[in-house]
Amino acid sequence: MQTVLSIAVDALAYGMVLFVISIGLSVTMGLMRVVNLAHGAFAMIGGYFASYAARDLGLGYGPAILIAIIGTVIIAIPVERFLYRRIYGAPELTQVLMTIGITFCVIGITNYAFGPTLKTVPLPPALQGSVDLGFRTIATHRIFAIACGLAVAGGLWFLIERTSFGIRIRAAVDNAPMTAALGVRTEVVYAVSFAVAIALAAFGGVIGAELLPLEPYYALRYMVTFLVVVSVGGAGSIGGALIACLLLGTIDTTARYLAPEYGEFFFYLAVILIVTLFPRGLAGRLK
Amino acid sequence: MKKLLAAVFALAALSNAAYADTIKIGVVGPFSGPFALQGKNFKAGIDAWLSLNGKTVGKDEIAIVYRDLPQADPARSKSLAQELVVREGVQYLAGFYFTPDAMAATALLQQGNVPMVVMNAATSAIVASSPLVVRTSFTTWQTTTPIAQVAKDQGVTKAITLVSDYGPGIDAENAFKTGFEKAGGKVVETIRMPLSTNDFAPLMQRIKDSGAEGLFTFLPSGPPTLAFVKAYNDNGLKAAGIKFYATGDLTQESDLPALGESALGLQTTYHYAVSHESPENKTFVAAAERAIGNPAELSFPAVSAFDGMYVISKMIEATGGKQDAKAAVEAVKGLSWTSPRGPVTIDPDSRHITQNIYLREVAKDANGKYYNKELQTFEKQGDPGLAFVKK
Repeated sequence: MQTVLSIAVDALAYGMVLFVISIGLSVTMGLMRVVNLAHGAFAMIGGYFASYAARDLGLGYGPAILIAIIGTVIIAIPVERFLYRRIYGAPELTQVLMTIGITFCVIGITNYAFGPTLKTVPLPPALQGSVDLGFRTIATHRIFAIACGLAVAGGLWFLIERTSFGIRIRAAVDNAPMTAALGVRTEVVYAVSFAVAIALAAFGGVIGAELLPLEPYYALRYMVTFLVVVSVGGAGSIGGALIACLLLGTIDTTARYLAPEYGEFFFYLAVILIVTLFPRGLAGRLK
Repeated sequence: MKKLLAAVFALAALSNAAYADTIKIGVVGPFSGPFALQGKNFKAGIDAWLSLNGKTVGKDEIAIVYRDLPQADPARSKSLAQELVVREGVQYLAGFYFTPDAMAATALLQQGNVPMVVMNAATSAIVASSPLVVRTSFTTWQTTTPIAQVAKDQGVTKAITLVSDYGPGIDAENAFKTGFEKAGGKVVETIRMPLSTNDFAPLMQRIKDSGAEGLFTFLPSGPPTLAFVKAYNDNGLKAAGIKFYATGDLTQESDLPALGESALGLQTTYHYAVSHESPENKTFVAAAERAIGNPAELSFPAVSAFDGMYVISKMIEATGGKQDAKAAVEAVKGLSWTSPRGPVTIDPDSRHITQNIYLREVAKDANGKYYNKELQTFEKQGDPGLAFVKK
C-alpha cells in the first residue's frame, strides 16, 4: 500500500511538471496549428532569464519568474511578427523546418552568451528541503509544481472557455476567414495566443528547472517528451493534456520503480497504444 | 581578385613546403554539441601544454589538426580518422571522448602507421584492440574499484548500486560489486536506469526500500547529475543516513557551481581534481585556465589531454620525427613522469596509464567556491578491468 501511495505521489508530481512545460506547445499546435519545435527553446530562454535574475542579480524567486515570462515574451514578439506569421497555415514540413532552425539558432546563441555549463534557478528557503508526508518525504518544490500545474490548468480553461477572448480564439481556430469577416482582428488574436503560449513555456522552464536542468541543449533534449504529451493528449485540449501528463507520469514512474532495467519501454509502449487507439489524442476532436 | 587568388596559392605552396618538418597531430573530439565543454577541455589541455613547452619538439614543429565529432558516432569517427591520416597526413591520432569512437578508429592504426593516444574514452577494452593505442586518461574500473574499499571501511555492509544503463555504467557496477564483495560486503541490489532518466524520485524511493546502508552510483557528467543529487537530498536519503558513493564523473568541477550546497560532503574517487596540491598542477591549472578562458569550465579531460601531449612529444623525440608507429609506442612503454595529477606511468603491458586514485569530498573554500577536497590517496592503481576484457 505504501509503495502504491509513494508511486502515486511521484507520478502526480512528475506529471504536473510535464504539464506545465508542455501545455504551451499544446496551445500553439492545437489552437494556432503551428508545429512549434522551438517550444523547448522558449522554455529554455525563460529558464536562463530566471537563472540570471536570481543568481547574478540576486532577485527573489517570484520576481525571477516574472522577469522570465516578460523577458521571453518580449523576445518572442518580433520572432512572431517576422518569422511565425509567415508560416501560419503553411504545410507542416515548412513549419518544422522553420522552427527547428530557430531552435538551433537559440542553442548556438545561448552557448555563446552563457557558456555550456549547467545553470540553476536558486529556490527561496520556503521551497527548499522536503516535507514529510507520513509515509515518505517529498521535495517541497514538487508540491509547489503540483500547485502551479493545477493553477495553470484552471486559468487556461477559464480563459478559453469563459472569456470573450476565448470565444474569439475558438472562432479563429475553427474558421479564420469567417471570423475575420465578422470584424475580429485575427492577427491580434494569434499574436496574443502566441504570447500566452510562450509565457507558459517560460513559466514551465523555470518551474521545471529542478527536474530538467538548464543548459544550451535543453531546447532539443526534451523536445520528444513535449511532443509525446501533446500527441497523446490531443493538441489544443487542456483536459487532454492534463490526463495525458498524469497517465504518462504514472506509467513512467511505476515502470521506473518496478522495472528500471526496461528503460522507457513501457512509456513508449503506452504511447504507441494510445496513439493507435486515439489517432487524434485522448481528447482530440475528430475531423 | 586575380591577385588575391595568386596570393592564396602562393601561401598554400609555402605552407606545403613547410610541411616537410611539421609533424601533424590529429585530434578528434566533441568540439560542438551537447559535449562541447569536454572538447573545450581537450583543447585547453593541449594549448596549455603548447604554451608551457613551445611548439617545437627537437627540430620539428608540431601542428594540431582538430576534427569535430559532436556525439558518439563510430562510423563518422572512423571516416574522420581516415581523412586525417590520408589527406592531412597526420602522424599521430589523439583525443577520442567516447569509447565507440576510439574503438572504430583503432582499425586504421596498423595500416596507417599511426599511434593513437586516447585522451578520455574509458573502457578497458580499447587498449586491447590494437597494440598502437596508448591511453592517458583513466578507466571506469580504475576509478571505481577504490571506492568499494572506502565504503566498506566506513562501515557499510549492505550496498545498492544504481548506474546508467550503458557501457561505462555497467563497468562501474561490476567494478563496485567485485571490489565490495572482495572486501566482505554485500550488494543487495543492482539497478540499471536508462540514460535519458530525468526524474529520479521513484528510484530514490526504491533505494530507501531496499534497506541498503550505502548507495554507489555512476552517471555520466552532464545535466542529469544535478537532478540526481537533488533527488538524493530531497527524498530523505541523506537524512536517513544512506551513504553516497560515486566516481568523480558526478562531481566534475564544471558542474559543481550548479550542484552547489546539495553536493556538499559527497564522496567520490577519481584520478584528478583541479584543486590537487602540487607545483606541477599549479603551473598546469594556470596555463589551462588561460587557455579555456573561463576558469569555472576547467575539468578532468584537460589533464588527460595535457599528459597525452607529453606522451606524443616523447614519441616524436624517440623517432626523431620519422613516422614509425611501432617504435613510437615502444618508446613510451614504461615511461614515468610527474603529471599535474601526481606520479604516473605508462604500463608497459597494457599501455594504459597507472596513476594515483584519490578519495575526495565536495567542500567549500574560503571564497565560497565548491571544490573536490582530496582526503585519501590510493597509490599506483592499474586497470583492474583489463582482466575481464574478452580476448
